[in-house]
Amino acid sequence: MALALPAGAEPVVSDFTLDNGMRAVVIEDHRAPVVTHMVWYRVGSADEPPGKTGIAHYLEHLMFKGTDTIAPGQFSKIIAENGGQDNAFTSRDYTAYFQRIAKDRLGLVMSMEADRMRNVNIRQEDIVAERDVVIEERNSRTDNNPAGRFREQYMAALYLNHAYGIPVIGWREEIMALDRDDALEFYERFYAPNNAILIVAGDVTPDEVRALADEHYAPIESVDLPESVRGTEPPHLAARRLTMVDERVAQDSLWRGYLAPSYVTDGDTAAALGILSDVLSGGTTRRLPKMLTLETDLALYAGAYFSGMARDLGEFAFYAAPKGDTTLVELEGALDWMIADLLENGITEEELARAKKASIAAEIYAQDSQSSMARQYGAALAIGLELDDIQNWRDRLDAVTTEDVMDAARAILVPERSVTGFLMKPKTEEGADG
Amino acid sequence: MRTLTLAAAGIAACLIALPVSAQETATETPTEVPQETPKETTTAEEVPAAQETPQETASSRIQEIATPGGLTAWLVEEHAIPIVTVQIQFDGGARVDEPGKEGAVNLATALIEEGAGDMDNQDFAARLDDINSSIGFGASRDSFSVSVGSLSENIAETMDLLRIALTDPLFTDEAIERVREQILSGLRSAKKNPQSLAGKQWYAAMFGDASYATPVSGSIETVTALTRDDVLAAYDRMVATARMKIGVVGDIDAQTLAALLDDTFGTLAEGETLDKTPVTVRETGGLVVIEEDVPQSSVVLGHRGILRDDPDYIPAYVMNYVLGGGGLTSRLTDEVREKKGLAYSVYSYLYPLDRAGLYMGGVATANERVAESLELIQQEWARMADGGLTAEELEGAKKYLTGAFALRFDSNAKIASFLVGAQSADLPIDYIDTRNGEVEAVTLEDVARVAERLLQPENLFVVVVGKPENLKSADTLADGIGG
Repeated sequence: MALALPAGAEPVVSDFTLDNGMRAVVIEDHRAPVVTHMVWYRVGSADEPPGKTGIAHYLEHLMFKGTDTIAPGQFSKIIAENGGQDNAFTSRDYTAYFQRIAKDRLGLVMSMEADRMRNVNIRQEDIVAERDVVIEERNSRTDNNPAGRFREQYMAALYLNHAYGIPVIGWREEIMALDRDDALEFYERFYAPNNAILIVAGDVTPDEVRALADEHYAPIESVDLPESVRGTEPPHLAARRLTMVDERVAQDSLWRGYLAPSYVTDGDTAAALGILSDVLSGGTTRRLPKMLTLETDLALYAGAYFSGMARDLGEFAFYAAPKGDTTLVELEGALDWMIADLLENGITEEELARAKKASIAAEIYAQDSQSSMARQYGAALAIGLELDDIQNWRDRLDAVTTEDVMDAARAILVPERSVTGFLMKPKTEEGADG
Repeated sequence: MRTLTLAAAGIAACLIALPVSAQETATETPTEVPQETPKETTTAEEVPAAQETPQETASSRIQEIATPGGLTAWLVEEHAIPIVTVQIQFDGGARVDEPGKEGAVNLATALIEEGAGDMDNQDFAARLDDINSSIGFGASRDSFSVSVGSLSENIAETMDLLRIALTDPLFTDEAIERVREQILSGLRSAKKNPQSLAGKQWYAAMFGDASYATPVSGSIETVTALTRDDVLAAYDRMVATARMKIGVVGDIDAQTLAALLDDTFGTLAEGETLDKTPVTVRETGGLVVIEEDVPQSSVVLGHRGILRDDPDYIPAYVMNYVLGGGGLTSRLTDEVREKKGLAYSVYSYLYPLDRAGLYMGGVATANERVAESLELIQQEWARMADGGLTAEELEGAKKYLTGAFALRFDSNAKIASFLVGAQSADLPIDYIDTRNGEVEAVTLEDVARVAERLLQPENLFVVVVGKPENLKSADTLADGIGG
C-alpha cells in the first residue's frame, strides 16, 4: 500500500516570536472571512502548588470577570456584541483562551486578551459564586457519574508521583478552600508573554497578525518564570489493580493503562505507539474490535488509545465492556492473550501501512476545521513541541517500521507499568435491568 | 495528525459546557447511546439539524443542481482542500417507527454499515479504509441522515460504496443480535444517567402516545422484541428519494456531482413525502421528581413552542438568545450562574420538530439548591413574558446574531450541514443573504408580543432527577417548590 495522497494538501503556517518572548503561529484559511484567536499559557493543573488543586481551572473562570478597564461581567458581552464567541479551557499542561469572530475584529479581541494577561480584576464578591459554579461543573463532569469518579481514581493510580495524577478540575475538598489570593498568586506567577503562545487561524496574513501583535502584545513585559514543581515519576515496580463497585453503573467495563513516554519526551517511541493504537483500534477492521467483538463475541465494544500529547508522560490504554455472561476477569484474560500474541508475533507490514495512511488522511480532513487546526498547533507548542515537529510529522511517521512498533510495544506493555481497573455494578443487580 | 488530535481532545475542563463527547477521555460509547435531550450547542441554533451556517455573498456560491435522474442537491464548490463532504438527510427518522416498534429505525440505521451486497462488515470497513473515506449513518427524531467524507480523488468509489450500502443492506441475524446488545447496553446506561432520565420522562409526559414520546433508540422492551422483519419494514419507510435532501461541499463540480448522485441514488424507491400535521403536545404544567442518589439534580423543563415555519420564529429566536440562548450573556446565566453560583450550565432553546414546536430549558444544580434555581428560572420566564426585552438587549442580540452568522460557515462540514438543514426546513436558497435582514427587522414590539404568546411560566412542565431538597412532585411548579 503506497502512501500516495493528493498534493496541495498542506496547510499554510508561519510563525514569529516577539521580543518579550511571546510565540505566535498563523494558520491561513481564506475560505470564510472569520478568524480564531487563541492565547495559550504554558501552565495547567500539573503546575499547581501542593494543596491547591483546581487553582489553574478556577483562575481560568475568574479571568472572565473583567480587567482594570473592562467592567465586571462585560468581557464576554463585548465579544458577543461584536458577533464573536469566546470560551476557554484548562488541561494538565496548558490553559487556553479563545475567540471566534469576524476578521475585522481581530485587533479588538487581541487588545482585550492582552489587557487581561496582566490586568485582570477579580472582586471579592466574584469569588464565592464562581467557586460554587466550579463545584457544579465538577458535579456534572465527575461526581454525578461513576465513570467520572472512577477515572480520577485510575489516573491517581497510574502516576505514582507526577502531578498528572491530579484531576484537572481539582479535588473537591481542595477546590472548596481556594480563595482570591490563591488565584492572584497563580496568575501573577504564570500569566506573562514569555509563557504564552498566540495562535491565529483564519482569513488573515502573517503580516497583518504581526502588526496587530506588535501593537497589543509586544508592549507587555516578560517576567521571571518559576521552576517546574511537577514531580518526577519513579520506576514502576508493581502492577496496580482497582475495583470500583457502584450502584449507578449500568454496564461493567475494563480499563488497562500503561505509563508511556510523550511526544515531547520520546518522539520516536510516541510515534510508534500512535501507530500501534491504530493497528489495535483504528476502526472495526482492527485487532481489538475484530477479535473481541466479532470473532470471540466477548465484548460489546473494545478499543485502545495512546495519549501522548503531554509535556512529561503519556499513557497507552485499553478499554472494553463485557457482553452477556462474560465476566471482567474473562475479558481481561482475552485482552492479555491478545497482548501476548502481539508481543510474540508482532504486526504485519500491511497493518503498518494502513495505520500510516489513515493518519495522513486524517491530517487532510483535519484542515476542514479552523478551530481544530488552531487547537492542534496551540497544544503542540504549549507542551513543548516545535513547528518543525508538526511539519515533519509525515516524514517521522513514514520512517516507523514494524520493528520500531514492536520495540515500543515490548518496552511499554509490561505489567509493572500498568493499572488495571474494573468498574462494576453490584453483583445482585445483574440482569435486573427490565 | 490523528493521534495527536485524539490525545489532545479529552482532558480539559472549560469555562462553559461543551458537548458531552468532549468531556471524557476515550470512553467509547456505542453510537446508538440514546440522546434524549438535544445538546445545547445543536439546539440553540436557528436552523434545525444545521449546526452552524456562512455569510458574505454566500447564496451566489450555492448552486442548486437538478440531476437528469430527477434529484435535487445544493452544492458549494470549495477547492481549497482536496476533500468532498456530502450530507444527506431523509425526512422521517424515528417518527416513522410504528407503535410498539420504537427503536426499529435506529437499529436499522446502525446496521447499514454491518454489511451490504457481497461485503460483510469487515469488507465494507476495509474498502472505506483503503480509500480513506468515511460514511456515517445516524437517526434522529425527524430524520435519517448520512455523512460522507472523501478525498476528492476517491469520491466516485466512495459514493459507489454508499450506493451498495443503501440499496442492498444485508441485515444479517448475527449483526442484528450484536448491534441490538450494544443498543440495549446504551439504554440500560441511560436509565442510570440523570440527564437522560430527565429528558426521557419529559418527552414521555409531553407527547403521550405520539412517537416523539419515546427516545429515538426505543425502549428496552421494544428493542428486545424487534425482529428482522421489523428492521426491513423500518428500512423501507426510512429511505425514500422524495424525502431526500442533499448538501455537498468541496472539491467537485456540478456536472460530476449530478452524474454521481444519479448513479448512487437512482435505484432507491421514490416513496412519498411525509405528513407534517402537528401532534398534540401537553398543555398543562407540573413538576415530577424522580429520586436518584446523586449529588446534583438534572432538570429538563419547557412547554409547547412554535414550528420552524411560524412567522414569529425569528423574533422568538432573538428573544430566546437573551433569555437563555446566549451562553454567558443570557439572563438565565446571569441570574442563576453569575449572581448566585447555582449552576455551571443553565439554558433555554427553541426546538422545532417537524410535527411539534417545543420551548425547552435545563439546569443542573446541587440538590440543596434546585428549588432556588427553579424559582429564579420561572421568574425570568415571567419577566420576559411580561416585558420582553430592553432596547439595549435587543440591540446586543442583533449585533451578536448577525455578526456571528458568518461563524457557521467556516468549514465544509458546517456548510454541508446547513445546506441540508435549510432544505429540510423549506428555506429559500438565498436565505443566507436575507437572514440577517430578518433579524435586523425585529422590533421591541415583535419580541414583546412573541414572548407573551410563547412563554407560559405557570405552565412549565419540569422533570427533576436527583435528590432535591424542598421539592416534591406536584401539579404545578409553584406547588412543588417548598414541598
